Amino acid sequence: MLSYVLRRILQFIPTVIGIMLLVFFLFNWVGGDPAYLLAGKISNPEQIENIRRQLGVDQPYYVQWGIFVRQVFTGDMGVSWATGEKVSYLVWSRLGPSLTILVPMLVLSTGIALGLGLLVAYFRGLATDRWIMVACTVGQSISILVYIIVLQYVFSYELAWFPVQGWAQEGGLLLIPFCILPVMVGVVVSLAPDTRLYRAFFMDEIQRDYVRTARAKGLTEWRVMGVHVMRNVFIPVLTHVMIQLPGLLAGSFLIERFFSIPGIGREVLLAVERSDFPVIKAVTLYVAVATILVNLLTDILYRWIDPRVQLK
Amino acid sequence: MRQSERVAVFAVLAPQGLWSLAWSRLCRDTLGLIALGVVVMYLAVVLAAAAGWIAKDWSHEAGVNYAPPNGWIFSASPSEDRLPVARESIQVTPVAGVVDPLAPVIETLRESRLALAQEPQRLATLPLGADKWGRDVALKTLKGTQTSFIVGLLAAFLSVLLGSLLGAYAGYFGGIVDDVLNWIYSTFTAIPYLLLVLAIAAVLNQKGISTVILILGLTGWTGVFRLMRAEYMKHRNREYVLAAESIGASHARRMFYHILPNVSHVLLVQLSLNVVSFMKSEVILSFLGFGVGVDTVSWGSMLNEAQTELLLGKWWQLASATLAMALLVTAFSVFTDALRDALDPKLK
Repeated sequence: MLSYVLRRILQFIPTVIGIMLLVFFLFNWVGGDPAYLLAGKISNPEQIENIRRQLGVDQPYYVQWGIFVRQVFTGDMGVSWATGEKVSYLVWSRLGPSLTILVPMLVLSTGIALGLGLLVAYFRGLATDRWIMVACTVGQSISILVYIIVLQYVFSYELAWFPVQGWAQEGGLLLIPFCILPVMVGVVVSLAPDTRLYRAFFMDEIQRDYVRTARAKGLTEWRVMGVHVMRNVFIPVLTHVMIQLPGLLAGSFLIERFFSIPGIGREVLLAVERSDFPVIKAVTLYVAVATILVNLLTDILYRWIDPRVQLK
Repeated sequence: MRQSERVAVFAVLAPQGLWSLAWSRLCRDTLGLIALGVVVMYLAVVLAAAAGWIAKDWSHEAGVNYAPPNGWIFSASPSEDRLPVARESIQVTPVAGVVDPLAPVIETLRESRLALAQEPQRLATLPLGADKWGRDVALKTLKGTQTSFIVGLLAAFLSVLLGSLLGAYAGYFGGIVDDVLNWIYSTFTAIPYLLLVLAIAAVLNQKGISTVILILGLTGWTGVFRLMRAEYMKHRNREYVLAAESIGASHARRMFYHILPNVSHVLLVQLSLNVVSFMKSEVILSFLGFGVGVDTVSWGSMLNEAQTELLLGKWWQLASATLAMALLVTAFSVFTDALRDALDPKLK
């Protein structure tokens, strides 16, 4: 087990170097010289030269690469070009709000989609199955933007059940009214694709021999589906949920923007709008490393859920 | 029933190729055919719009501001929020000896206003209503369909080209080539898709259709790469490839003349999957303002305008863009499923 984990971590090294090269290539080579952008409209050559020196973009590429590598390994990713905040602090402080929305959203959407997937797989080929599948296909084809715009309009503006947007700095129970609608939107959006996927997982399992055996020995249908099948479906579902996790951290930027949640996704959007390269660089790196770690964690969890799985 | 018998008889008489077999399977899938019909219809609209036959003057202000739909498809009561503004005219008594320096300017302004009033009257209602400036939403939707469809299609072509080329090299040659390409692949997949798209949008820092196509195409090749690599690994030692080698076919000829036609059905399915996902991404990018420029209309930029319009109760632009997009994406997804079933019946 330990040797497996160590070997996997060693295998990460080339990938992490690859990510660093890609980020460096994008932001230092393609992105090039942001001094003109940052200097503003009224600028003179000296100011631009000054900014270039401050950012270090006047150095040759190998020096910039050296600075970048040192930044990555010391964890000090510099300061934001827009606000002057330390980037590591910025990302760290935005993690909480993102997770506050993300965790309930994932738990709820996984639970509901598992239930629906089980239901449609049980009624496979019947009208219930077909109509839910049609609804999922249509639901999936509507842009996430429309869901957010319409749900926010209906529930916050027309019905005024929830605040339109905002966040409570104090945290705790005060946060709940601000969270409900964003979480709901996230669940609604992910329901259609998740249900389709989980239905496929259930369909795979339902034809297995152990299901026939369980039925033959007279177990109730509830027990066969809810316990025997469900436990086996858990493995692909776990992979799906875990793989989504890092992407959702930055990928829920639309929800965070619409509801003004001070999370990582909103910070990325702001940084893209302001050409604030250090922030985007840091988030890209952190999220990529998180993705790799989550993949490892998933493999270890497999072993814990299903002892038959051999980690080689 | 009889048709399938006929197909079976034909199969005995003359061996059918993959494509004609797939076509005959697709023809039996009514839903898939309907979806194909819808997609072809959209394609016709896009070509017509691109050629300038329809929706050419989408930016013309044809109606009054926020003209409501006239009830053909949507209906809405005309808005009553345009209260007439009571104007007070100020009587100016000319003072002897004082010359108004602005008098000639004001005179020309009056004349141009008169000329403006003689322009064709703006319509009070339009088939799908009008936006803030009175532009026809129906034409905007058509033109937006052109933008979004073309971006999705070209970006999908680019990603499939890139993915299949790299995948072919990795799978066919194996060894160090495979290692290096796999390394690039795992680097790209470690970064979540939309984050990578945003990062590239940030460094390119320019808007426009070609930028969006480039961004989506350069980030979306990984799925194609993985599949093509597996296919080429499977095929490279098949007998027909070895036979081609024995008669002296070069590597490139074996890869792209002999193997490619045998794996192209995978490409076709991937292409149409990517079209759907890229159209969705384009809408998000354009909505956020990182996509097409302000002189171009796309579903994303329409949704962006619709967001504020909805608060004023003007829902028709939102409804039009949503419906146009949902219909195409649904049809394309159903068609993709049908295509996959037709090309690979074992999968079912």
